[in-house]
Amino acid sequence: MRGYLLIESRDPFESTGAARTCELAIELRAAGHDVALFLVQNGVLAVRSGARRTELDKVLGTKIEVLADDFSLRERGIAPASLSGGVKAAPIDSVVERMAAGWNAIWH
Amino acid sequence: MKVLQIVETAYRATTEEQDDTVIWISHAMRGASAELGVLLTGNAVNYVAGEQDGSGLMLGAWRQTQPPAPAQDLAALMRKDVPVYCVREDLAERGLMECKLLEGIVLMSRNQLSRLFAEYDLQRRW
Amino acid sequence: MATKHTLTFVLMDAPFESARTTTAFRLLHAALDRGYDVNVFAYEGAVALSFAKQAQHPNAVHGRDVAQEDHPLSKNWIAALMAHARTRGADLKWVNCGLCVDERGVGEAIEGARRGSPADCWKMAQQSTATLVIPTK
Repeated sequence: MRGYLLIESRDPFESTGAARTCELAIELRAAGHDVALFLVQNGVLAVRSGARRTELDKVLGTKIEVLADDFSLRERGIAPASLSGGVKAAPIDSVVERMAAGWNAIWH
Repeated sequence: MKVLQIVETAYRATTEEQDDTVIWISHAMRGASAELGVLLTGNAVNYVAGEQDGSGLMLGAWRQTQPPAPAQDLAALMRKDVPVYCVREDLAERGLMECKLLEGIVLMSRNQLSRLFAEYDLQRRW
Repeated sequence: MATKHTLTFVLMDAPFESARTTTAFRLLHAALDRGYDVNVFAYEGAVALSFAKQAQHPNAVHGRDVAQEDHPLSKNWIAALMAHARTRGADLKWVNCGLCVDERGVGEAIEGARRGSPADCWKMAQQSTATLVIPTK
């Protein structure tokens, strides 16, 4: 089955769309697809430890890989050591890697 | 005339412009003697976070030599007597109340904003 | 030998408006760095990314002259990536949607960027391992 890479660029505290991306990720995973969520730009604001809980917590409770763009984290002063549990800092190459592997990449 | 500049979206094109364009224009207006205040709301509150580092962008052989530094630019505005306000609830929901924040900012709760607005003749949300 | 992939990116944002532009260029660099061929279909405001008449300016707020400010220009980013592609044995094809170019008056594009149409977008996607659309807000 096809893999899905959902790229979330929006701040979850500003946009209900970010929550919809999380819901979609969970549905796709439940349907048997490999799914990864790549947070970039203001999308990484969700993962600072101490941030209010969001739909992202539900994603973290599944087998969906949650990655946060290392440049976006650094730009926002979010140290990798202070990420919410289960989120990994990752280079932008992670997107290219999965595209080259034939994953469907969808940007929000 | 006193104007309150409201900044709601952070990092909008800050790498390309090497500035937050609203903080920048506030500096330029202050340079023209404007009386201003700056209110950071929404994710723009992240501009007062410590350790922001947008340096190091490389595209091919191109290197960014002047990365944006929004916290420093806000500090410079405050040195020009422009108060910088920040919405407490927006900081809290992003986990920022537990972090080291830029010194000198004025924390406001959302329910105080109408009083803040009343101190200014115009409010401009950018 | 590593597999040679072709990736297509569809961009919509005008320069200097959104963080999406910087992220897009970082993706292009990452793909070219791996030696992948990259197609870009620039749509709507993104057709201005390759406009040849972009110019740097000084920054009086920071007390920098033109050289010191060294202001990023997307046309220079495209040129840098085209050069980078050659060093990696890869190819960067940049196609601007012609009607979008016309309505915006940005017909003078840098060398290497060409005028095309939505048919190019379709063809690029068909010839690629994957396509990513980065939509404007």
